Amino acid sequence: MRRPLEGIRVTDFCWVWAGPAGTELLTYLGAEVIRVESQDHLCGTRRRPPKRGAPPPDINCSTAYNCLNLGKRSVTINLLQPQGLELAKRLIAVSDVVTDNYAGGMMERFGLGYRELKTVKPDIIQISMSGWGAYGPERDYRAYDPVFAGLSGFFEMTGYPDCPPGKVGSFGRCDLSCGNAFTLCILAALIHRAKTGQGQFVDVSQWEVMNCNMGDAYVDYFMNQRSPTRQGNRDELLAPHNCYRCQGEDKWVSIAIGNDEEWQAFCQALGKPEWIGDTRFSSTEGRRQHQQELDSLITEWTVSRTNYEVTEALQRVGVAAFPSLSREELPHDPHLTERGAFVDVVHPEAGSNTCVAPPWRFSSLPADVTNHAPLLGEANEYVFLELLGMPVEEFAVMVGEGVIY
Amino acid sequence: MPDKALAGTKVLEYAQFVSGPYCAKIMADFGADVTKIEPPEGDIARQRGPFPGDSPHPERSGLFLYVNINKLGITLALDSPQGKEIFRKLVRDTDILIEDTPPGTMESLGLDYSALKEINPTLIMTSITPFGQTGPYRDYKAYYLNLCQGSGLGYATPYSPLDPQVLDRPPLKEGGLISEYDCGTTAAIATMSALYARMFTGEGQHVDVSKQEALLNLQRPEMAACLTDGERLSRATTEHVDALSGLYPCKDGYVYAMFSEDHHWHALMDLMGNPEWAKDEKFSTVERRRELQLEDTHPWLMPWLAEHTREEILHGLQSRRTPLGPLYRIAEVPHSEHMKVREFFVELSHPEAGALSYPSAIAKFSESPVALERPAPLLGEHNEAVYGQRLGYSSDELSALREAGII
Repeated sequence: MRRPLEGIRVTDFCWVWAGPAGTELLTYLGAEVIRVESQDHLCGTRRRPPKRGAPPPDINCSTAYNCLNLGKRSVTINLLQPQGLELAKRLIAVSDVVTDNYAGGMMERFGLGYRELKTVKPDIIQISMSGWGAYGPERDYRAYDPVFAGLSGFFEMTGYPDCPPGKVGSFGRCDLSCGNAFTLCILAALIHRAKTGQGQFVDVSQWEVMNCNMGDAYVDYFMNQRSPTRQGNRDELLAPHNCYRCQGEDKWVSIAIGNDEEWQAFCQALGKPEWIGDTRFSSTEGRRQHQQELDSLITEWTVSRTNYEVTEALQRVGVAAFPSLSREELPHDPHLTERGAFVDVVHPEAGSNTCVAPPWRFSSLPADVTNHAPLLGEANEYVFLELLGMPVEEFAVMVGEGVIY
Repeated sequence: MPDKALAGTKVLEYAQFVSGPYCAKIMADFGADVTKIEPPEGDIARQRGPFPGDSPHPERSGLFLYVNINKLGITLALDSPQGKEIFRKLVRDTDILIEDTPPGTMESLGLDYSALKEINPTLIMTSITPFGQTGPYRDYKAYYLNLCQGSGLGYATPYSPLDPQVLDRPPLKEGGLISEYDCGTTAAIATMSALYARMFTGEGQHVDVSKQEALLNLQRPEMAACLTDGERLSRATTEHVDALSGLYPCKDGYVYAMFSEDHHWHALMDLMGNPEWAKDEKFSTVERRRELQLEDTHPWLMPWLAEHTREEILHGLQSRRTPLGPLYRIAEVPHSEHMKVREFFVELSHPEAGALSYPSAIAKFSESPVALERPAPLLGEHNEAVYGQRLGYSSDELSALREAGII
């Protein structure tokens, strides 16, 4: 069975976090993704220290690079040399998609703007992603994850009401959220091309992707001319709705009650049938008003149990409860293990490491991890000699002159 | 008018709240013909705000209005033989079915993938559930908060290593309903991949999307850092604290700054007028600066920041090629000149909620444009159009179905 994107070739100028996360998904789906790198301008992730204060890793052994570039090929082209630029265009001429996530307009400055690429390959799909997008007064501005996450209001919306905003526990999740949007746009453009034969330019702004993910909060502003803000764990319709302390150091369980039926089942499971008749708690509105009090009462029950025990006891009666899992705990969760949510990948220099498996299961299409992340320039010979048919002598000259570098 | 990417693709949505509907909304924005099936009592999102003036009304939920733009809406009770028959007719005539019922529900209705494949062999059916179709937790119930915590996103939120009391308070959900949207995007990728494959193979597909796994996937590099390099993270771990990168209060709010590269630091010094204190040895190289503690920098930076606004710092540093962003409040973003020039927010008029602006789309396409053309449907708004014109029910039959509570 062929993978969904088998036969699609991507010349990938993406770097750091968001772009590579997106093109990684394309490799799961079967596309051939060729990352254009250069020793002259190494991707920051290749030298990212594993820990604060640790020395940078060997360029082929970086954890960040190796987990964001699974299944890709790597070529080294020095784009600052005119011959390097020509070489990149030769690769683009045999590609379907060209990707990048530089600041807006950077590809044009390289001489690789859409107008130019269209002359190289008339039906090329070029997709550029940046913090602010490809046009607009701030298009040249630079952004990492927390920058556009802050612009979108996501930080403003996360945290306790009495504490500063922006305390999101996952530092790269917005980049990966945008990587998903990036992949989705490539699929839309590929479907369009398959039907019409037409390529196009796609402009993705990470700020805008995040705004879409906060869409209902924006509608609140347009409806009511107010600015919604962070509410801790409180919800307008669910109560109780919080994380409760469990047995063990910094262990918690999340519990959310959506209606009276769940509330009654919850009271029974806790051995507190008398709460059902308590008029303070008999409606969602009442439970919302007395949340603080309820939170203390619930904690008295959870604190002497493990978060998995609480989960099991409540799920058995149809109440939504689940442990707050740390990253160390997730790979040991029996459900994730049984579903194969993690996969071991063997890398020729970094050894065997566990990675997160793709977030979908198809009934018959294969769409999983295909290969380890590439060594720097690992595919030079395959791409230049085989794919582009470059004579061996020319290849040697290009290497000698630092064009393939 | 150029063609939209998914023009001609028919999508049936039997899903509620955010993830499933957002998955179908993205496809509707790309031009698919999406028909949303609601139970006669309506999608639960209709009960959730924001509402104008905070008065609940099923046709005025801001959440529902946003995630159901560009769709047709019909009502159908699936628990009657006639309802099932109508559902089968709809499935026969669709390319894609997006559903989010608990695992086993469609099977008990006789409407699971293997049954539907019999009547539409090329059907692509995407099932979005909290924990997926298999595994010990497949029947577990989970709301937004539970998935946020169960996927790893919540455990270290709020990340506040400088707050000595942080571990006394519980971990938090992420802001808004963000991860519900993320699950919708992930499901749309899988669905559109299957659609693309079908263009060449002619084969249908069942896609199982677990929200827990979709959210786990947003942490691929962080999980790798934990599994490969042993990095641990809680709300209080300090090993990530970099004295120069992070959130800074300033005159009118906060900015998020990162000074990881040499020229970022020099840009800041240049903007500050190259002050005397910065000539100290300890600020001289990137390596030395990585060793800094907060007390080394804060006495110098904080007073300067307190005198400058977010916009002054933003433009000052960005014009020096240094990444930095203000933390905006929701109400500020629509007034951004940049957003206005990009026409990101677009107004649509709805018969019950009136004219409102909405975020437009995740991207701008030069040849297959994305447009907001149709406001979210009223409950059952397109029953006649779909059941009458598309499926051929007469108006008498429609009245009978309505009286029986089926539509």
